[in-house]
Amino acid sequence: MRIEFDRDACVGHNRCYLLAPALFDVDDEGYAVPLVGGELPVELEAAARLAADNCPEFAITIEGGDA
Amino acid sequence: MTRGPAVYAAVVNDDAPRSGSPVTDWSTDFDHTTEGWAAAAPAIWDELRVTCPVAHSERFGGTWLPTRHADVAAIAHDTEHYTSNSVIVADFRPDVPAPMGFAPPITSDPPFHEFARRLLLPAFSPKAIAVLEKPAREFCGQLIDELLATGPVVDAATGYAQHIPVRVIAHLLGVPAEDGDRFRTFIHRIVERPGQAGPVAEEDLLTTYLFRVVEEHRQSPRDDLVSYLIGLEVDGHPLSDEHVIGTIALLLIAGIDTTWSAIGASLWHLARHPEDRARLVADPEVMTFAVEEFLRFYAPVTMARIVAEDTEIGDCPVAAGDWVLLPFPAANRDPAAFEEAGRFIVDRQRNRHAAFGLGIHRCLGSNLARLELRIALEEWLKRVPDFELSDPDGVRWSTGQVRGPRTLPVRVLGREARDVTREG
Repeated sequence: MRIEFDRDACVGHNRCYLLAPALFDVDDEGYAVPLVGGELPVELEAAARLAADNCPEFAITIEGGDA
Repeated sequence: MTRGPAVYAAVVNDDAPRSGSPVTDWSTDFDHTTEGWAAAAPAIWDELRVTCPVAHSERFGGTWLPTRHADVAAIAHDTEHYTSNSVIVADFRPDVPAPMGFAPPITSDPPFHEFARRLLLPAFSPKAIAVLEKPAREFCGQLIDELLATGPVVDAATGYAQHIPVRVIAHLLGVPAEDGDRFRTFIHRIVERPGQAGPVAEEDLLTTYLFRVVEEHRQSPRDDLVSYLIGLEVDGHPLSDEHVIGTIALLLIAGIDTTWSAIGASLWHLARHPEDRARLVADPEVMTFAVEEFLRFYAPVTMARIVAEDTEIGDCPVAAGDWVLLPFPAANRDPAAFEEAGRFIVDRQRNRHAAFGLGIHRCLGSNLARLELRIALEEWLKRVPDFELSDPDGVRWSTGQVRGPRTLPVRVLGREARDVTREG
């Protein structure tokens, strides 16, 4: 599974930071900062799915992995 | 600085029903400032979304009401055809020049908006807000102590929910928490009965109060947000008085009524759903999801825009100058955007709710609101795991663009109630 983050779509809802802190930090202004790039370790896949499924701006997309 | 009714421009159509008067047809004559709306708004949105997804009313000089998530989202993201210059629909529009508007950055458009917002973002980031968790928990604990001492039947809205954001915002801004009643008067006038309160004496205006707050902070600066705003320098110049006072007004208005409403609505839900109470008490980790589901299902805030250039909502043409209500709570219940949209699911896993808005005006205080809501519910359930509505017909919901219960009589059940009885 891979995770993609669209910085231009992020307006700082901070849902990803709340639900998947292993995958996203926030900067001083509250915008998401991805912590992990490339192929995700299996143990982070559930967190990645949560982050994507709860972003109101559809700024996070996941590719591959078990549907 | 003064800003009285003299600079307000009338926009009402004399032939339209008076704002606040009863409504018989929600698809052609809706009015969000009526008791009918307050009593039944979610049912009205659900009905309109099917029968008339972009409703129009002649009230307030011409107002649109989209109820589909897609339309609400598109408008929130479109800062070209819509202006935020006025965000509270009323018969009168504050005639405050663009780009700043009365309460920057919520009433500002790009590019000034980004400038005004970036001054505030660091103070409201999740890490900056986290330090308020401890004082907020203490406020909530004190309030519950005081409330439970009065008996097993209490008003969870006026005795608990409404005081939490007042104390937190007062702490953050650096204004006396004892002024809470005054804040609520300002807010009621501005948000719940916009333009319907009649003339207000200069002395009783929000801006008069805030001008005094700013003067006091100028004379003795301290470590709070008002002093931070006064001390800011941009290109060697301080912010204008209008900017500082407008921003404080925003933080006060936007930070109190809204969070109070979310806490109250969540307690209203829990009073009626013992299964959700039991789940949260047994498994506190569910609270992370529950908070977002409360925010989806009971989103308090409907924003507004003014059409800046003729455009269309869906296929419906709208003209420059028209008001548009942005009902994020209606968007949050759209079956096209949420699975089982009409059901409250305490641990909902897919929840892209728009309670804090969408796009560049995403609620600046969302992290603070989320923290207050979570702590208010955690502390309540710790002390009051079991409770019910004591008078379901006595619950009154607010009118206007911020929705929440304004009276919420509940009976505390179980251990706490017995303790109270024994002490009493």
